[in-house]
Amino acid sequence: MQELIKKAKALLESGEVARVLGWKKGEYEYDPEPAFFETAESLKDFVYNGFCGANLSKYMIEAGKKEGKTLVFLKPCDSYSYNQLLREHRVDREKAYIVGVGCKGKLAVSKIPFEGILNISGSEYPDAAETLTVETLYGTQTIAYKDAMLERCHVCKGKEHVVYDELIGESADTVDADRFAEVERIEAMSPEEKFAFFQSELSKCIRCNACRNVCPACSCRKCVFDSTAFDSEQKANTTSFEEKMFHIIRAFHVAGRCTDCGECSRVCPQGIPLHLFNRKFIKDINALYGEYQAGSDLESKAPLTNFTTEDAEPGVGRG
Amino acid sequence: MYKIKKENLNALYAAIAAVNDLFLPVKAAGQTNFGLYTENAEVDIDTLKTVKSGKDIFFPQSETLYQVRREEGKFAIAGEAPRQTPFVVFGIRGCDVKALAVLDKVFLSDPIDSYYAARRQMGTIVSLACGKPATSCFCKVFGVDCAEPEGDVVTWLVGEELYWQPKTKKGEQLTEKLTSLLEKADEAAVEAEQAAIRAIVEKLPYANLSLDKWGAAAADANFDSPIWEELYKPCLACGTCTFVCPTCQCYDIKDYTTGNGIQRYRCWDSCMYSDFTMMAHGNNRTSQMQRFRQRFMHKLAYFPANNQGMFSCVGCGRCVDKCPSHLNIVKVIKAFEKEGV
Repeated sequence: MQELIKKAKALLESGEVARVLGWKKGEYEYDPEPAFFETAESLKDFVYNGFCGANLSKYMIEAGKKEGKTLVFLKPCDSYSYNQLLREHRVDREKAYIVGVGCKGKLAVSKIPFEGILNISGSEYPDAAETLTVETLYGTQTIAYKDAMLERCHVCKGKEHVVYDELIGESADTVDADRFAEVERIEAMSPEEKFAFFQSELSKCIRCNACRNVCPACSCRKCVFDSTAFDSEQKANTTSFEEKMFHIIRAFHVAGRCTDCGECSRVCPQGIPLHLFNRKFIKDINALYGEYQAGSDLESKAPLTNFTTEDAEPGVGRG
Repeated sequence: MYKIKKENLNALYAAIAAVNDLFLPVKAAGQTNFGLYTENAEVDIDTLKTVKSGKDIFFPQSETLYQVRREEGKFAIAGEAPRQTPFVVFGIRGCDVKALAVLDKVFLSDPIDSYYAARRQMGTIVSLACGKPATSCFCKVFGVDCAEPEGDVVTWLVGEELYWQPKTKKGEQLTEKLTSLLEKADEAAVEAEQAAIRAIVEKLPYANLSLDKWGAAAADANFDSPIWEELYKPCLACGTCTFVCPTCQCYDIKDYTTGNGIQRYRCWDSCMYSDFTMMAHGNNRTSQMQRFRQRFMHKLAYFPANNQGMFSCVGCGRCVDKCPSHLNIVKVIKAFEKEGV
C-alpha cells in the first residue's frame, strides 16, 4: 500500500496528474469508499486492502471530463472494464494514468457470518493473512480469507492487467470454482424449475438500481428506465412482469459487453445473483461464436456487433 | 407478563394467522424481509435486520390507487378501498416502530393519507427487543431503547422462550385471543435481558454520536458547507439507502398502461434519482451533490425544522450496512462534527 501512496504522491507533486482515484479509509477496515485525492496531504486517508472491491473504472467517465490527467488504480479485473469503456469511447485514455495494482482476492463483509462485527484484520495488502481475525461485540472469531471472498474472485479472470501504464504489486491465484458451474446447474433445470428459481430471486428486487448504476457497461447518459417518455420507467416492481423485464432487458443490453466484473452481485442489497444472467450470455457467446472475453483487447471484433456469413444462427437451426 | 416456548411459536403464528393477516420476518432466497405468514413460510425472527424495514406493511413500496378502463367509449374508474381488515405485525424492532412515529407526522397530518391511516388503525404491532444489537446500530442516538421497544405488545427472546407483554388496548385484545398458548411469567428474566442489552448498547461505536451540528438550525448553517462536495463523490446515485430506510417517505404517482386503460399507482421514490420531483420546468436539483445533500438535510435538518425537532432517522443502520460505496449517514454526521462548522 505504501508503494501506491508513494507513486500517487510523486505523480501529484510532479504535476503529471491532477488527481488520484483510489480508495479512502472508512470507519473500519471493511468500509473503504472510492475517492478522489487532489493533494499529497489528502493521501494520508488512502487505503488499499482486501475490502477495496469497488471497480473504479466507471468513475473514469466523469474523471475524463475534468482538467488534467487522473491517476487511477485498477485491479486486474477492473482493467477489463476500463478497456471495454475505451472501446465504447466512453473514457479518454489520454487523460488516464493507469497503475495496475495487484489483487489477492476481494472480500465482502456480507460474506462474514458473525454478528456485531467491530473490526476485521488480515485483509492488508500485500500481506494478507490466510485467516481473517474478526473482532465482534460478542467475542473474537476467525474465518478463512477465501471464505469471505466475493463470488467473482473464486472464478477470477486472471492476474494480468489488460491495460496499464505501470504495474505495482503481485496478485494471487484465487480460482477454486468453475465459472460456469452455476449456469450449467440452472440450464439443467426444467422450465418450471428455472422459472421458480428466477422468480424467487427476482421477487426480492427493490428496484434500487444499484446494479445498473455500478455497472461499467451501463454507461448510457440517460437510461431507458429513467425516461418518462416510455412506460418502462418504473420505480417499483408493480407487477411480476415488470420486475423480470428490468433485469432481463439490462442483461440483453450488456450482452457481449459485460466483462463479468461481478459488481452487480456485489452491490445488490438483496443478494440476488445477478451475474448469472450475464454469465449465461457469455457462455452462449463462447459456444456459438468462439471464446470471447469482453474488454480483453481493443482490436478484436465483438461477436454480437460483427456479422460474418459463417455466424451461427441460433433459432434457425444452425446454432 | 406472559411467555411461550420458542418451539411453540409456530402454533402462535398459526393462531394469529387463523384470525388476521400476520406479517413477520420471512426468509426467502437467502434474505429476510417482512412477509405474510403462510404455513410454508420460513419465519426468521433471529435475523436482527430485515433487508427492507417494516415500513412496507404500512406504506408499501408499490400500491394501486385506482384503475381506469375504457368501456364502450366511456371510462370506468375503479378505486382501491383503504384497508378494512385488521392485521398483526410480529417481530418488528424498536427502530422500525419509532419510524412509524416519523411516518405518522407526514401521513397523518392534514391532508391525511387515507391508505396509510387505515393501515395504522387496522394494524396491531408486536415488537421484538434486540438481543444482539449490531455495530451499525445507533438507535439510542434518536431516543430508541431497543431493550424496551414501543408497540401494542412488546416481546423479548430470552434463551428458548419468548416473553410477551401487552402494552395497549389493542395489545390486550390480541393477547386475550392467545391465552391458551401463553403462560404467565414473572419479569425477572426480561429485566436481566434488558440490562444485558443496554450494556451492549453502551459499547456500540455509534451509540453516542453527537447531533449538535443538526436540527432546525442546520438548515441554514450546513447547506452551503464545502463538506458536501467531499462527501458525495463516491455516491452511485442508486436508491438503496432510501429503499432500505424505515423513514424515507417520498413517493411518486405513476400510470401503468394495461392495454385498454391504466393502473394508477404510487411507489416509493428516491431523492437520489435524477427524475425526483421533476416538474414541467425541469428539476430543481440538477447535480448528484445536491441530491445527496437533500437526503441528509431532510433527515437531520428540514424534518426537525418542521416537526418540533423530531429527526427523520431512527438509527437502524441499514444504510450503513447496504450502501454499495460505503457512504452513510454516520459518515455525514461525523464529517460535520469533525469540521466544527
